[in-house]
Amino acid sequence: MLAIRGITQVFGGLTALDDVTFTINRNDITGVIGPNGAGKTTLFNIISGIYTPTAGTISLDDRNITRLPPEKLATRGMVRTFQNIELFGQMTVLENVMVGLHTKSRCGIVSCAFKFPWQISEERRIRDSAQVWLQFCGIEELAGTTAANLPFGKGRLLEIARALAQEPQIIFMDEPAAGLNGRETLELALLIRKIRDRGITVVLVEHDMELVMDVCDRILVLNLGRKLAEGTPREIQENPAVIAAYLGEG
Amino acid sequence: MKREPVKYALLVAVALLAPLYFSGGYLMNVLVFVGINTLLVVALNLLLGFAGQISLGHAGFFGLGAYISAILTATHQVNPWLVMLIAALAVSALAFLIGFPVLKLKGHYLAMATLGLGIIIYIFFNEAVDITGGPSGFSGVPNLSIGALVFDDDVKNYYLVWSFTLVVILLAVNLSRSRIGRALRAIHDSEVAARVMGVNVRLLKVQIFALSAFISALAGSLYAHVMTFVAPASFGFHFSVELVTMVIIGGLGSVYGSLLGAALLTLLPEMLRAFQDYDIIIYGLILILATMFMPGGLVRGIPAVLAAILPKKQERG
Repeated sequence: MLAIRGITQVFGGLTALDDVTFTINRNDITGVIGPNGAGKTTLFNIISGIYTPTAGTISLDDRNITRLPPEKLATRGMVRTFQNIELFGQMTVLENVMVGLHTKSRCGIVSCAFKFPWQISEERRIRDSAQVWLQFCGIEELAGTTAANLPFGKGRLLEIARALAQEPQIIFMDEPAAGLNGRETLELALLIRKIRDRGITVVLVEHDMELVMDVCDRILVLNLGRKLAEGTPREIQENPAVIAAYLGEG
Repeated sequence: MKREPVKYALLVAVALLAPLYFSGGYLMNVLVFVGINTLLVVALNLLLGFAGQISLGHAGFFGLGAYISAILTATHQVNPWLVMLIAALAVSALAFLIGFPVLKLKGHYLAMATLGLGIIIYIFFNEAVDITGGPSGFSGVPNLSIGALVFDDDVKNYYLVWSFTLVVILLAVNLSRSRIGRALRAIHDSEVAARVMGVNVRLLKVQIFALSAFISALAGSLYAHVMTFVAPASFGFHFSVELVTMVIIGGLGSVYGSLLGAALLTLLPEMLRAFQDYDIIIYGLILILATMFMPGGLVRGIPAVLAAILPKKQERG
């Protein structure tokens, strides 16, 4: 569904990504792995519209989305989470998820200020829907907490709940297990599968190999900005080039 | 959620009854200006407190509203109510156009750009002598009237201004508790995450800037008709800074805080008259102490202080 063709990103003299081509299949859980500096986060920033690539194209269901900004991608059903969770810290957990429903609601400044009847019913729908996604991620009891006061693990779940509230086609997760303890990582793996079971395609950049090998259907390996390998977890684990890169012989 | 209507009803009751106590005294006149300043502070708070975008040029929008009303009603005898609407629309259209390039800037650069905008408008009031009357001002602005009712004394003006203020407060509270209010606060906390959530950050900032200018121009028109006289000195850089101070002292991102901030900073100089030459020093000290001990503004600081003094009683937030 998402085709990445010849993506190259040059920062000054540094080539962060060099001609990366890759396809993400609908309803797969796809992992992007690679040693530090391989270009994983850069690739995510390009796909999510935060950077514009130097060369190459990205298309979603055969429609070119390469230069679309994040807010436009959101309306096309693409959403992401961040490595250093980007919550709306001053708002409550529930309100954070309600912002996730921004693309699912319409009322403008005037209807909101005058509280027209349709705005009141839309507001109720936003609130109910947000509650459903909090439950889905298992943090409904935190609804009234200010987001900045959440422990890190819960903040991560909130970020995922907020992203899911958009009812995206694809969710991109940038190192979702970073900073989580063992139990939280296991719960995350369950959640990722649950997300996929709702028909949402999942793509994750991750350092936690156990998690990647456990949940992913397909894996893309990047090294020094180039595609090193792609395949099923088993193929990747047996790939000599991948082993070499990770052991530092490459 | 149930507390919101109660709070608002209380405010309306107090506002309606205040003249019973104050009428006749000179404080009545000051309360008219509390109303006008509250409009301005609510307007600025939408931008600064909610969306997190500073403007040091709001006195300019205020002044434009005042001058447009003054000139069109005094020189061209256009219906003042119609002019009020035209002025607000024109100023917000101007803000909308200027907003696109200016609101791309962040932090100090945005402050500088809006500061420049305010100064340009101020210079225009001073230098376009043929239109504005220049530094000595523009007099002969008619009072507003509805039929035979002419708003020509403090009590009438009080009710005139506060009807606008109370409506704007209600609309601003509604807005702050809606998807637009949440989107604005989202921009404040994390612009990139707001964009990923589908918020058109650039457009929304400009829209709220225009809305803020609309309310400021409305306040300006009211000011012109209440004073029947306008002069550039009321719309200078100092007043823009004072508005920012009112927003911060009252409480960033709180509509009721705007009311408190405007009320305190408008009434304070009057109350400090008794200290004569030392009033400025005491005024400054109060500001410093308020920001040190109530960093969330009066709206959060007063309940906290009350809770500390009277551990049992709950005060409105």
